[in-house]
Amino acid sequence: MSTDQTVDTAVDLGLEGAIEGSAPTHEELRGHQWLWILRRSLALTRTRIGVGIVIFMVAIAVLGPLVAPHSPTEFVGAPNSGPSSNALFGADALGRDVFSRWLHGGLTVLWLSAAATAFGIILGTGVGLVAAYSRGWLDDLLMRGNDVFLSFPAIIFVLLAVTAIGPKLWLIVLTVGFTHAPRVARVMRGAGQEIVERDFIKAAEVVGEKRWRIVTGELLPNVTSPLLVEIGLRMTYSIGLVAGVSFLGFGLQPPTADWGLMIYENRLSISVQPWAVFLPVLAIGLLTVGTNLVTDGVARAAIGLDRGGES
Amino acid sequence: MSAAEATPRPASVDVEDLRIALTGTDIDVVDEIALEIYPGEVLGLVGESGSGKTTVGMALLGHVRRGGAVGGGSIRIDGRDLSALSQGDLRKLRGGTVSYIPQDPGTSLNPALRIGTQLTEILEAHATSMTAEQRTARLREALEEVALPSDDTFLKRYPHQLSGGQQQRVAIAMAFANRPRVIVCDEPTTGLDVTTQARVLETVRDLCRSHQVAALYVSHDLAVVAELADRVAVMYAGRIVESGPRERMFSAPRHPYTRRLLRAVPDIAGKRTVVGIPGHAALPGNRPEGCFFHPRCEFAQDDCRKAFPPVTDLGAAHQVRCYHIDQVAREAPPEGAGQADAHQIGANVVLAVQSLDAHYGSRHTLFDIDLEVHHNECLALVGESGSGKTTLARCVSGLHKDYTGKVRLGDDVLPQAARSRSNLARRQIQYVFQNPYASLNPRRTVGQAIARQLTLFEAAGGRGEVGRKVSECLERVALSSSAANRFPDQLSGGERQRVAIARALAADPKLLVCDEVTSALDVSVQAAIIELLGKLREQMGLSLLFITHDLALIRTIADRVIVMTDGRIVEQGTTERIFTAPSADYTRKLLANTPSIEVALGNVTAPAS
Repeated sequence: MSTDQTVDTAVDLGLEGAIEGSAPTHEELRGHQWLWILRRSLALTRTRIGVGIVIFMVAIAVLGPLVAPHSPTEFVGAPNSGPSSNALFGADALGRDVFSRWLHGGLTVLWLSAAATAFGIILGTGVGLVAAYSRGWLDDLLMRGNDVFLSFPAIIFVLLAVTAIGPKLWLIVLTVGFTHAPRVARVMRGAGQEIVERDFIKAAEVVGEKRWRIVTGELLPNVTSPLLVEIGLRMTYSIGLVAGVSFLGFGLQPPTADWGLMIYENRLSISVQPWAVFLPVLAIGLLTVGTNLVTDGVARAAIGLDRGGES
Repeated sequence: MSAAEATPRPASVDVEDLRIALTGTDIDVVDEIALEIYPGEVLGLVGESGSGKTTVGMALLGHVRRGGAVGGGSIRIDGRDLSALSQGDLRKLRGGTVSYIPQDPGTSLNPALRIGTQLTEILEAHATSMTAEQRTARLREALEEVALPSDDTFLKRYPHQLSGGQQQRVAIAMAFANRPRVIVCDEPTTGLDVTTQARVLETVRDLCRSHQVAALYVSHDLAVVAELADRVAVMYAGRIVESGPRERMFSAPRHPYTRRLLRAVPDIAGKRTVVGIPGHAALPGNRPEGCFFHPRCEFAQDDCRKAFPPVTDLGAAHQVRCYHIDQVAREAPPEGAGQADAHQIGANVVLAVQSLDAHYGSRHTLFDIDLEVHHNECLALVGESGSGKTTLARCVSGLHKDYTGKVRLGDDVLPQAARSRSNLARRQIQYVFQNPYASLNPRRTVGQAIARQLTLFEAAGGRGEVGRKVSECLERVALSSSAANRFPDQLSGGERQRVAIARALAADPKLLVCDEVTSALDVSVQAAIIELLGKLREQMGLSLLFITHDLALIRTIADRVIVMTDGRIVEQGTTERIFTAPSADYTRKLLANTPSIEVALGNVTAPAS
């Protein structure tokens, strides 16, 4: 618009370029902003610690069942007996090996959370970007509908569905994902609204690009930074929610090994055999802290990019 | 005649050998800046993007932008060396002895404070010895000086209740309120319409004269500087390459850059071919050895590549930094740009708009518009902001759907929305946007953007075929085919606009709608884009609908002109007729208010006023 805006930009970019040496971007990453954000975020200590924790926890969940000394349902000693050479962290309330159950119990939480996150992100991004692009009545309809779902506490909604239909895993994925969607939608609509006003969207309209192509081809690649942050954030919440549902007894059913369920089963004997509660709590806690650290790093990298890389 | 000769008083501004470098490096942003401004004198500091003109302007306020620091030289304001002043003294200086008129009053005035409060603040900060009554009196006086009402109702207004021109006047009143000795104007009229601009410029000039204020007027607009300044200094890549009295600078410039710059400026006084400057200005840290202009200079020889030329004094305060001024002087003068050729306009109508009325919500924005664009014709739509010219362009291209009346392409009446139009119709009308920084998707390479256009509108062949066609499109706008792999943020503004044009042409259109396509660009780049559009029109038999607020530009490119105001057409006719014998009062007013180098120098008489 005003000429001096370009003057300032040119000078500022010149200054920054000269200060930081070469342009910070890597040629092949330019088209894939998300790769470039991830790479930059890895330069931050917090992200590295987070990634370390997450890799460690995922390794436990995935490889745990292979190295577990016992079957998760095998009785190894007296109920609530303490650590011994046979059972490293003792036996649980039913006399099963705490350590083996712990090694077996992470995978379900992980994949349920990942699937719920994916579902929530896809649904939410779709709704948010469509609302941002359409403006007008469709925007109002989608976002007011969104508000209705937002007013529902997530856990109540999940429990309601699970008690009504039954403790099915697919139902947990759907409902947890569904509770994420309105939150994601609101963020993505906000990010999209600013992009929609730019002329390249009009340039696409004037040549007759289809609506879905504008949303996926023009809009989506320009909102990758908030999207990455949302993925991390929703993953953290998913882990908490899925574990919470299991703890309340609406997730996996006994005798399956599961972190949430382990806490539930052993909560009464916590003073006698604390390991059976402490280990799964630690696992869930670490996983959440890890994903949170990664998300935070990504968010910082994305902000840095938005400040310096755009023009 | 400069004020220096007339009154041998000490200069209000005396800058010597000023150097501003990037912090912690020996890369300079500007260097060897020397200038003097005498009381009552206006010095025009001209330069293109990144030339460092704003940096110099800010330095007079004792301010250096983040990332830079003064690396040498001295700035004396009213005899006081700024480097010797403490932060507290500098604060007292700013707004008191030196004041500033910003570019955009819309962002420099505090939207939450009343006009009266903001003016009082300035006075309270500096005129501490004044009583409240004296302040109020001064405040009203300041407003009267800029021809604004000074009654209480006006003082109680908020900035958003004023027009852009009024806001700028308030900013000027604030700048002059403390009776400064020096004033720095940073393109204060860039965002304003010509009519408003003319009045603001007059106000600034009169106030500088009457209060004997020395003014530094920073601008990229040579015509404005020609009308306002007593002396002119031209900056290129952080150096002043030429400075001198206004008349000599515009009629007998000696530096090759000044001459090229003048050839790039269109003028309402005559139909002339504008010529761009090839290449781009080097940014700090990236400047060539020797004279910074040599890679773009037609006179460059070996000595130019070795060291930056020293200052040559030509007498009469005219100084230039070039080794080959004698050779430059022998060349034809810049006016030699000559007349643009007339060209053949086809008889058949490509686009016709018939009794079109448009609405924005409940607002009626266009009234009964009729126009025709012929084959190979360039029709210019001119008007000030809010005249509806862009809305009309958007109706034509199907971006604005809320209209009644007919838009015909050839024999077909087009549906309102671009989406409901046939692929052929969309292909034949292509739109080039104002701001090339916003019209290209930052996540897509140039090649992808053009290839998409090709696949939309042509039976695209294989990948190799598309790649070859993309290269062809880029060559047509004088970009190398390697640009296909670049992202928009790796290109300059001019290059981006070329890409936008290349993308439009990839569809092989009949009509190109150009919406202020050069207003975000520097003059030398603007000239190059205008040259390009003229050439493409000949080659491809294009028709152009050229929307602009710049009358001078129209004289250079357009065959016919439509003048619009408040959503109505007030006059239309051939370009020659509109410029030599305008019939509508509004057109006459526009012409009279458009700054012109030729008129300012007295080479031609002003158009009917």
